Amino acid sequence: MEATENIVLEAQEEAQGAESSRALYEIKMKFLGRTGKVTALLKGMREIPANERPAFGKKVNDIREKLEALFAALEERMKEKELAEKLAGEEIDVTMPARRHQKGALHPITRTKSELIDIFAGMGFEVFEGPEIENEYYNFTALNTPADHPARDMQDTFYITEEFLLRTQTSAGQIRLMEKKKPPIKMLSPGKVFRSDDDATHSPMFHQMEGLVVDKNITMCDLQGMLNEFARTMFAESSKTRLRPSYFPFTEPSVEVDVSCTACGGKGCSLCKGTGWIEVLGAGMVNRHVLENCGVDPDEYTGFAFGMGIERIAMLKYGINHIRSFTENDVRFLEEFKD
Amino acid sequence: MKAPLSWLKEYVDIDISAEALQEKLFSCGFEVEELIFLGKDVTNVVVGKIMKCEKHPDADRLTVCTVDCGDHGVKQICTAATNVFEGAAVPCALDGATVLHEGGIQKIKTGKLRGVTSEGMFCSGQELGINDDFYPGAEFDGILILEEGVPLGADIRPIVGIDDWVFDIAVTANRPDCQSIYGIAREVAAILKKPLRAFGVSYERQETEVAISVEVEAPTLCPRYVGHYVKGVKLKESPLWMKRRLALLGIRSINNIVDITNYVLLELGQPMHAFDRSFLRGDKIVVRCAKSGEKITTLDKKEFTLRSENLMICDGEGPVALAGIMGGLDSEIKDSTTEVFFEAAKFARDSVRKTSRALGQRSDSSARFEKGVDAFTPEIAMDRALHLVYELGCGIPTTYRADACADPLAPHTVTASYEAINSLLGIEVPKAEVNAILQRLEFDIADMGATFTVTVPYFRDDVEGWPDLAEEVIRSYGYEHIEPTFLKEASVTHGGLTSQQKEELHFKQTLAGEGYFEALGYSFYSPKDFDLLRLPAEASERRAVTLKNPLGEDLSVMRTTLTPTMLANVVRNVRRGNDSGRLFELANVYLAAELPLKDLPEERKHVSIALWGEGDFFDLKGAIEAIAEAFALKFSYVRGTKPFLHPGATALIKLGEKEVGWMGELHPTVAEELALEKAVYLAELDYALLSKKFRKGIGYRPISKFPTVKRDLAVVVEEKVTCAELEACILRACKAAKRAELFDVYRDARIGEGKKSMAFRITFEPDRAAEKPLSPETVDGFFHKIVGNLKHNLGAELR
Repeated sequence: MEATENIVLEAQEEAQGAESSRALYEIKMKFLGRTGKVTALLKGMREIPANERPAFGKKVNDIREKLEALFAALEERMKEKELAEKLAGEEIDVTMPARRHQKGALHPITRTKSELIDIFAGMGFEVFEGPEIENEYYNFTALNTPADHPARDMQDTFYITEEFLLRTQTSAGQIRLMEKKKPPIKMLSPGKVFRSDDDATHSPMFHQMEGLVVDKNITMCDLQGMLNEFARTMFAESSKTRLRPSYFPFTEPSVEVDVSCTACGGKGCSLCKGTGWIEVLGAGMVNRHVLENCGVDPDEYTGFAFGMGIERIAMLKYGINHIRSFTENDVRFLEEFKD
Repeated sequence: MKAPLSWLKEYVDIDISAEALQEKLFSCGFEVEELIFLGKDVTNVVVGKIMKCEKHPDADRLTVCTVDCGDHGVKQICTAATNVFEGAAVPCALDGATVLHEGGIQKIKTGKLRGVTSEGMFCSGQELGINDDFYPGAEFDGILILEEGVPLGADIRPIVGIDDWVFDIAVTANRPDCQSIYGIAREVAAILKKPLRAFGVSYERQETEVAISVEVEAPTLCPRYVGHYVKGVKLKESPLWMKRRLALLGIRSINNIVDITNYVLLELGQPMHAFDRSFLRGDKIVVRCAKSGEKITTLDKKEFTLRSENLMICDGEGPVALAGIMGGLDSEIKDSTTEVFFEAAKFARDSVRKTSRALGQRSDSSARFEKGVDAFTPEIAMDRALHLVYELGCGIPTTYRADACADPLAPHTVTASYEAINSLLGIEVPKAEVNAILQRLEFDIADMGATFTVTVPYFRDDVEGWPDLAEEVIRSYGYEHIEPTFLKEASVTHGGLTSQQKEELHFKQTLAGEGYFEALGYSFYSPKDFDLLRLPAEASERRAVTLKNPLGEDLSVMRTTLTPTMLANVVRNVRRGNDSGRLFELANVYLAAELPLKDLPEERKHVSIALWGEGDFFDLKGAIEAIAEAFALKFSYVRGTKPFLHPGATALIKLGEKEVGWMGELHPTVAEELALEKAVYLAELDYALLSKKFRKGIGYRPISKFPTVKRDLAVVVEEKVTCAELEACILRACKAAKRAELFDVYRDARIGEGKKSMAFRITFEPDRAAEKPLSPETVDGFFHKIVGNLKHNLGAELR
């Protein structure tokens, strides 16, 4: 019987020394497997006298239970140990660069245009895009700028023929829309415009956004109210606008609209040349002739229009210094507008 | 328009500072672009009288002068100038003074010249920034010698006429009347609520027998022509005050008669011309259009050959002036002139502009006529000129005047109501205020009931209707009175982008999501760009809309394809060290049905995509497939050719049977020409065609409730068999095969020369309506059918 006692000690000693779950399994089989020592004890029962068999059987069973518990505990420990080792070996340098799909970006003009559209769309403006090649009528005549009008000299025009030209202003869109649609009108007309002007601060092609509201009882106060809303949303909550007299053939009265300086907030800085104000757009009450030209009764309806340069807004908003940057398409510049 | 403060003060008592006036002008619509104090760079320069001149002990060229500078004391000044003498009054720049020197500012300090103390410097006219018209002798190369009797120690600036402010005012195109000193003075008077003094127009006349007839044959181009005959002309210098005023506005003095015409132009904005009467053949002026081929030599000695649209002033025989632009050489005022025929006219602004541009001949007069002159001013200006002739004693005005006027002159009236004005403005401007403002601006108001009529001042051709009056009111009343409201009475409208505009934005966002940056190019480029693309002469792209007046050949044709712009973008980026990049542009090309244009050309959106540096053909194809996915398009790619693309790597992109674009690698010879070392991949698609096929919204269909089954298939085919052919064959073989994706291409000797193995992963999907899953046996059946078809149709062997 001592030999049987020793089996437990022997198994304990061997199992403790196992270094892997494989080795532990092999030891387990050596004792508990089909040809293992414990199984061999049971097979040797026949040689034991019948009266001793129950006691012997019980003893062997105890041994087996002990060993099974022993191996179960050791296996559990071994599994934990091996997992810890495996995880330790799988440590990575979390500071290594990410692997990802690089995204591109929309052009800052598209971004700014979309932002402007969002502001005005929320106020009920629809978006109307007219042609970039226009005829004299829509670009000038219908906008109260007949052939001998000095205002034609205000903008240097690219001509294709006597009649066709590259539009100099998105205001041309006003007429095309009003010919189709009767008031109430709230319209935005964004797009490319062209002027034969090319120097450090002018580009022969740039973008404008024209806005037009025609309805009953529209006033100059409404114009400023809307522009204040625009300035607050586009620039800063504290932004203010200032109107001052100007001249455009298609509006009367006409105003230049200044916004409180985006850099200093109105205190005066180098951006606003110390004035606290930045010229941002032109606007005015729609000239009666323009309404008449579009078949809208100026005694029934009034309206206002405003027009701004999208480049100018983008330059103010992002602090871009050179108008050329917009058409050079340097990827380093474009990458700045990722989001 | 430049206006000196001193000149404005002749008509208005200005009792505020120049800076304060600048502010007020600004808020009334006259932006002062620059306010210049003429004497700002000449400081601490005073009048000194040279008491004694002695030779410098150690320098032959220097003279040591003792100078009495009045209150500033007696100074010792060394000078190298040779025109100084004892008793001369000269400008002395004392210690700490500034003067002008070679375009900059020079500071003067007490110092030693060869051991002798010099407490300042004598100044030349140039160092004071003046010419002879400001002070006689100022252009002499030496020290400016002042007239006797100037007060010693006095600031030099008032003495030489530079203690003045000049306002450089941006005058809007509707206010040609303010292209004159008097016009600005009118506004200033209204702003300051002060009276406006009149200018002198009186003179005595002498009877004359002379009669110079005026015939206007083109009354629409010359609505008014006033002429006046002056005899006994004595040409001489103009008085200093007149010369200085001309000089302040940058006009050199010529002689009294010519100066008077220039003076009236500045003062009243009316261009005038003076003919030497003795050179007017036949005592006759005819205003007519030129006969084609007629010639004139203008007083700057340039000869012009004329065309029939050029308006001319002729005498009895031929042209004597380009109307409104410049007089002829023969009839100009000369030293021998004794009789003058003055002209003050109104010429149509576009006529002057067209002739001036066509001949390339400009003048102060033409610039002024182009802005517009009213029909009343010629007569007033003529009287003003004759007044000056009389006052300056440079001639004897006669009784002979010619006045050709096309339309009867009557001031026009505008009817308005206080209510209309206020309702446009949205505020309540008190009636008395409206009246006062309009009256200050010289509008005559009659019957001030609810509606009233105003007589528009003769010089305000811009005022057409009551909204103009509203503008006059608010710009004087002040825009700060506008109280912002938010469309309080307007109807509610629905805003936002149209579905096409939204799609466009989505399209751009899709490409941005694929790693492409949006580019923006000019709508025009060079016709040479078509050569760069090796486009044949008959290529439709070459039928481009061309600008009549481009900035240069490089920007002269409207785009018919976006690719040249994109190539230029790539070249610019590579030159700047951006070795790799991805760009796209979505923009219009301009397609003319007929050239020259008879109608607006079609503006058609194209998209151009480029990739260089990192990535290849299939990366670019990935971008195009991303578009396909985003808008549910099914593109097919077939081999094609483009003269500017690599012949082995060019695909035409089709949507159904319709070709919608192309993609490929830039041809190595084009790349070489552009010094591009790495391959560039380009695509251009007709966005307008694509957008017609865009799926509208999401087309949801329920999915099968049973799982999909995937099987891999590798076949060996001839090299010429394309992936697309295999894929199509697999999908056609069985309806349940939803996708066949190539995942491997393999070539080796065992497979055989000219052959390749292509492996596909096929996804089978049970029919949506199926009641049971796809059994392995069913899928086996599909698989065999596919293999059979591939073998039969494409000679593919299962590997």
